[in-house]
Amino acid sequence: MKFQAVIGLEVHVQLLTNSKIFCGCSTKFGAAPNSQTCPVCLGLPGALPVLNKKVVEYAIRAGLATNHSIAPRSVFARKNYFYPDLPKGYQISQYELPICINGHLDIEVEGEAKRIGITRIHMEEDAGKLVHADIPGVGDDSCVDLNRACTPLLEVVSEPDLRSADEAVAYLKKLHQIVVYLGICDGNMEEGSFRCDANVSVMPVGSATFGTRAEIKNVNSFKFVKQAIEYEIERQIELIEEGGKVVQETRLFDPNSGTTRSMRGKEEAHDYRYFPDPDLVPLVISDDWVEDVRLSLPELPAARLQRYQAELGLPFYDAEVLTATRELADYFEACLSRYPQAKPVANWVMGEVTRGLNDSGLAITACPVTPDLLAELLKLIDTGTISNKIAKTVFEEMWQTGKAPAAIVEEKGLVQVSDTGEIERLIDEILAANQGQVEEFRGGKEKVFGFFVGQVMRASKGKANPAVVNDLLLTKLKG
Amino acid sequence: MKITRADVEHVAKLARLELTDEEAATFTGQMDAILAYVDKLNELDTAGIVPTAHAVPMENSFREDVATPSIGIDNALANAPSRVEGFFRVPKVIE
Ligand SMILES: [Zn+2]
Repeated sequence: MKFQAVIGLEVHVQLLTNSKIFCGCSTKFGAAPNSQTCPVCLGLPGALPVLNKKVVEYAIRAGLATNHSIAPRSVFARKNYFYPDLPKGYQISQYELPICINGHLDIEVEGEAKRIGITRIHMEEDAGKLVHADIPGVGDDSCVDLNRACTPLLEVVSEPDLRSADEAVAYLKKLHQIVVYLGICDGNMEEGSFRCDANVSVMPVGSATFGTRAEIKNVNSFKFVKQAIEYEIERQIELIEEGGKVVQETRLFDPNSGTTRSMRGKEEAHDYRYFPDPDLVPLVISDDWVEDVRLSLPELPAARLQRYQAELGLPFYDAEVLTATRELADYFEACLSRYPQAKPVANWVMGEVTRGLNDSGLAITACPVTPDLLAELLKLIDTGTISNKIAKTVFEEMWQTGKAPAAIVEEKGLVQVSDTGEIERLIDEILAANQGQVEEFRGGKEKVFGFFVGQVMRASKGKANPAVVNDLLLTKLKG
Repeated sequence: MKITRADVEHVAKLARLELTDEEAATFTGQMDAILAYVDKLNELDTAGIVPTAHAVPMENSFREDVATPSIGIDNALANAPSRVEGFFRVPKVIE
């Protein structure tokens, strides 16, 4: 029997706010344990939550960017369960009336476009963190840090529209790119700012009913998402083929072995007894508010990709690479505004700049060669001051020192030699020293021409203007 | 709706409450009586009426996204039955 996988993803997006969702505590990462807490996020009796307006704005942004309807009225609800990292004994979330409904994202896998439905996006608070700290005397006990408790999250719940691990990864990457572009999430998967749970089931090909699904937790990279889903699909198919049955359960992905394993004992806890939180009043969002947010949206990656091809005339590949992150696209456009020739700028950004960033591990925002400096360099090539080849040497020097290209060219004496007299002198020397090759050329072996060009360029230490060299060489050889 | 003893035991378990046999029996009767009383509301025709989540007719209470000082680690841990360094200390959680 042939099987078909059915996958739905639940993604938690940590929002880039200054303060928590229901209190004023800072959300800064890496602070001393429990130093960013107050009666609200500690769940102390009598403390009352008040909603951070920015969280609502960010949720609307995410909703609009992923084609959702924004609910005119939504309500917060309590999700009840016990766990040591959850001080109140419930998590404030949204249940029946979430802020965004009925969205979708278009993905492309192996050249095939596909629309993936998104059921909903809702706002909720994060839990604290259980730490197994290496502190003398703690033994087997766990330590609780509540700094993260009450940090604002969006939960993005897809429809079970995904049919392979590759589709799941494509969807996830697209969503990741959008929330980072929107400036609402830093996208750091290792620190847990963007985390994913995958619901996976299999059914016979052509079947109309889905199989029993397992929920895989703890997948914190695109690579692991692919691995975890592929493993889980295999596991379920094998289980069924051996006459077994998939049970509905939560499974934990183990990145070391690339496998998933059952988290027993969590089954009972699935009775969350949601009810509207009486501490929080309903959230009413006017059309005006939605329109204001819509107008403030940045250009999204798909639109940018389109524009780079249609208006800048860049090939699809270039457009895709350049729009991969908002920062890189912004850098490219900053260069372009100072030196308005798309293709050369694209080549430099995708070539030398990207190579420099990869080698140094720097982010584009920390690139030592600023758009101003890169534009200056390109202008030096245009005016014939330096050749393209020398420009690469200058670029490296700029990267190391942060100096302006003109200063480096001056300092190192890299100005391109276009003076015909000087180049002629070099050519004469080389022709005289290589009479054999001159005869070959004159005898019809035109390939030798490249040899002469190389010799002249080397003799000039790369500074001779290649166009001038070509012209003069040809005249002399033929003459 | 009839409340059964199994319902009471289920809810008690979720709330981490241990009930004696007598308590379970008493609560089953009491909860059933309470729900029977509330059941009277079902006699009303509520078709077309928006469910009320809140008794107070109020909406949109916000705070601006400004970080304010926290209460300090020692205050945060003042009521903790057990602490170690800056952490709350709890029995091992098995997963
Ligand atoms: Zn707080």
